[in-house]
Amino acid sequence: MSQQMTGAKMVVQALKDQGVEVVFGYPGGAVLPIYDELFQQNEIRHVLVRHEQGATHMAEGYARSTGKPGVVLVTSGPGATNAVTGITDALMDSIPLVVLSGQVPTFLIGNDAFQEADTVGITRPCTKHNWLVKDPERLAETIHQAFHVAISGRPGPVLVDIPKDVQFAEGTYTPPQKARTEHYAPKVKGDIEAITQLVEMLEQAERPILYTGGGVINSGPGASQLLIELAESTGIPVTSTLMGLGAYPASGKNWIGMLGMHGLYEANMAMHDCDLMINIGARFDDRITGRVNAFSPNSKKAHIDIDPSSINKVIRVDLPIIGDVGHVLEDLLRIWKSRGRKTNKDGLAKWWKQIDAWKAVNCLAYKNDGPAIKPQYALQRLEELTRGRDRYVTTEVGQHQMWAAQFLHFDGPNRWMTSGGLGTMGYGLPASIGVQIAHPEALVINVAGEASWLMNMQEMGTAVQFRAPVKQFILNNERLGMVRQWQQLLHGERYSHSWSESLPDFVKLAEAFGCKGIRADHPDQLDDAIREMLAYEGPVIFDCLVEKHENCLPMIPSGNAHNDMLLPDDDVRNAITGSGAALV
Amino acid sequence: MSPLTISQGSSKHSAYDLRDPYSEVQETHTLTVIVDNEPGVLARVIGLFSGRGYNIDSLTVAEVDHTGHRSRITIVTTGTPQVIEQIKAQLGRMVPVHEVHDLTVEGASVERELALLKVTGKGEARIEALRLAEIFRANVVDSTLQSFVFEMTGAPSKIDAFAELMRPLGLTEIARTGVAALARGV
Repeated sequence: MSQQMTGAKMVVQALKDQGVEVVFGYPGGAVLPIYDELFQQNEIRHVLVRHEQGATHMAEGYARSTGKPGVVLVTSGPGATNAVTGITDALMDSIPLVVLSGQVPTFLIGNDAFQEADTVGITRPCTKHNWLVKDPERLAETIHQAFHVAISGRPGPVLVDIPKDVQFAEGTYTPPQKARTEHYAPKVKGDIEAITQLVEMLEQAERPILYTGGGVINSGPGASQLLIELAESTGIPVTSTLMGLGAYPASGKNWIGMLGMHGLYEANMAMHDCDLMINIGARFDDRITGRVNAFSPNSKKAHIDIDPSSINKVIRVDLPIIGDVGHVLEDLLRIWKSRGRKTNKDGLAKWWKQIDAWKAVNCLAYKNDGPAIKPQYALQRLEELTRGRDRYVTTEVGQHQMWAAQFLHFDGPNRWMTSGGLGTMGYGLPASIGVQIAHPEALVINVAGEASWLMNMQEMGTAVQFRAPVKQFILNNERLGMVRQWQQLLHGERYSHSWSESLPDFVKLAEAFGCKGIRADHPDQLDDAIREMLAYEGPVIFDCLVEKHENCLPMIPSGNAHNDMLLPDDDVRNAITGSGAALV
Repeated sequence: MSPLTISQGSSKHSAYDLRDPYSEVQETHTLTVIVDNEPGVLARVIGLFSGRGYNIDSLTVAEVDHTGHRSRITIVTTGTPQVIEQIKAQLGRMVPVHEVHDLTVEGASVERELALLKVTGKGEARIEALRLAEIFRANVVDSTLQSFVFEMTGAPSKIDAFAELMRPLGLTEIARTGVAALARGV
């Protein structure tokens, strides 16, 4: 095969050589040569989105559910700027994305040309790395490097900006094997001395806890297996961040639920009272820690993370271990076994007794009496009726997201896609399409709030066109529920602009898009309506009208410590006071 | 990967364990960063500092290896020990960064800055300026009947001291390069 080809051809060749099966994109003037090459081949599938933000979230859903990088193709100027939210989302949640953007020809750069934007300048702080390629001889190598950077170490988004004249110009194609990538090679093996020290701590701990995060999932399914083995052979309880749900199965006997602001009482209390905290691939995010100076005051803390900058950023730890979760857990288990599989059995037995007492508080209780559907009930029914299915769940951002995390259960990694770090409303619908494209036979549900869902609802067109039978399960309270809850807690029940009038009729909207609409507004209808949604072969918009003023509890009000939670029976009015009021 | 092998929560050569990690005392550190001299690399480093709210007291950059296209960035920064460790870790994980060294904790180092100072005046003040310049080993690189431009190199504190003395003698302009620094010894 001739290695001489145009830049546009190189792009497509490089994607093929990187094993890319699908690209999410939107054409425009500055990427037309690449689209012309895509047209003339059949190996790579292109999914035409309705807005570039949708493309990035689809690629995130694809990446998060497969472990492979998601690929996005957008044009210059507005194409690139529209992609910025999704790129930032991927950076915050460590999702590998490769974004290719067109750029005005090199001789026009800096001239304020039509659809020109300083794309590498704009995306510099929201990518792991980005490149502007001015020389066709460097194009293929740069794309290979981009894939390497996106998936190595802590994964994240990268962007390659390709001027139109470079797409037309001829150059030499560099295959992946010849691309220079050796410089960027984050360390994956943990320090054995430190791991041995952790084993010693683990053997003696009376009240240990495994605090796991998205890093376990990013490390691959093997890491989840090792986590299960570690938890179950040592008997240590497991909690997880929002991003790490599914890495340890919710049906596993060591599972004590999600932690954090809307985490379970038992998980947060255990975090507060433990004597050994083993952080595995989480980053002490402020949704997790609550008040930092009251965070788990009496514990020794170990932190396993592939990113050195995560260490001691928020919480001082006693034992940092820099490395890939899978590699570190493998060494940890090997050393623990070779030293005779010791644990502090008496201590652990007492610890579990205490945890069981916390569990008995039943922090997820809610009153299910009136005629309205409680959102928690809707999710419990959804969980019940989809249990055992090959199921993937995405969410938007807000109350429904937290309820989904509380009431849906995940028994494997890569099954739960949500916008954790950036909290991007409008993430879930396009993400669900990305997941469905990757898993055409699976059941893919987006648990949504109506406000979030409207932010990227244009992507229903993509779902219909590409026959992605995604189920949009909208918990419709005609409110910006989480905003409303905070206004109740913090702003004296003054509900400033947190409700929507003139919402669309979602059933008619579904018809307008060419898919199915279902509405449920009474608890008695719910099961049949959910069954109807599941039975339908195409995409569904499910308008579930729920209780309008339900609060998402339990909750650690901002500025409070883990052991100072609002429980379902507490008075929530003005619950956030003092310096906590300034926090988000 | 850069030789910045981070263990025990800090860079390999760091004396982090000798300093109080919880200290709220502001420390000034001189960092040396070896980077690929590619477009935008300086913007990347500066963007890290502004984006995360770190201080830059002084910054110098130039390509030091023309065949390997490597640049050396010298940054003087101020922060608590925790912030300084964060800065090093954040720099170390950037793709075009090859090495990060904290000269302040890695042993003795030499720090030098170059300054040009324009002093205008007549009579006794002019003669006094010239006399002081001699004491400070500053060179006269431009001279008119009413002005001198002095060139001096030295530690930033020496330049501060000289500038302070020149002020009453007619200092009108000063240009400083920022700090360049190297570790002492081999």
